[in-house]
Amino acid sequence: MQTDIKRRVFLKGSVASGAVAAAVGAGLLTPQMVLAEWNKAAFESKTVEDAVKNLGLEGGEESADINIKAPDIAENGAVVPVTVDVSMDGVENIAFIVKENPSPLVATFSMGEGGVPFARTNIKMGKTSDVIAMVTAGGKTYMAKKEVKVTIGGCGG
Amino acid sequence: MSSMKVKAKEKDGIVEVKALIKHPMETGQRKDKKTGKPIPAHFVQQVIVEHGGKTRVSADWSGGVSKNPLLFVKFKGGAKGEMVKVSWTDNQGGSDSAEEAIS
Repeated sequence: MQTDIKRRVFLKGSVASGAVAAAVGAGLLTPQMVLAEWNKAAFESKTVEDAVKNLGLEGGEESADINIKAPDIAENGAVVPVTVDVSMDGVENIAFIVKENPSPLVATFSMGEGGVPFARTNIKMGKTSDVIAMVTAGGKTYMAKKEVKVTIGGCGG
Repeated sequence: MSSMKVKAKEKDGIVEVKALIKHPMETGQRKDKKTGKPIPAHFVQQVIVEHGGKTRVSADWSGGVSKNPLLFVKFKGGAKGEMVKVSWTDNQGGSDSAEEAIS
């Protein structure tokens, strides 16, 4: 049940990501707190299947314990509020995936010690799409989805 | 001057953290309308919420998160008066952080 954040905390000599190096240099992130490197492969995947694979996830049993709150119709595809609230024990990660976006994986939230499995942010949606929440808890993967209709897309110029 | 507004409120043992980050969150897919050149990707990649020397929640984002993004997360184990720190880093080496006492 305890999330082992240490599994994801490492400082590689080859962490070349400028952002992380700059933050460490600026004293904003100490080595203990450097988190796993940003998952480029997953975030740049062009399909849901690839994103899920690159997140290292398998399956995704649909679960009613995952509540997705998002508008039925998004007035503005550039700013769509999405809240995911999970009533399960041992939640480790929550991923927000927009099926019809050019790059479906938009965000992941990792629970540290005491982290409550709840996350809200605003996302961009290019067109009407399922918004999928993939949740890992106790080593298993679960999912839920909700369709959000988009009238004015928010992904491109 | 900080790029962030952070609020942290404790209620029934749960701390709600809301952060508003001023950031363009460019995907790298847009083109400058005048020149036709692509606008480089510039987006927050990671946000961490710390309290009591521990990372309570962390978020990894892509340019698919909206401009001037909002983060709303919760954790257990914080008390009024204790400090919460929210830090972000972006794909171009930018970063910022802000601390706020739990109210």
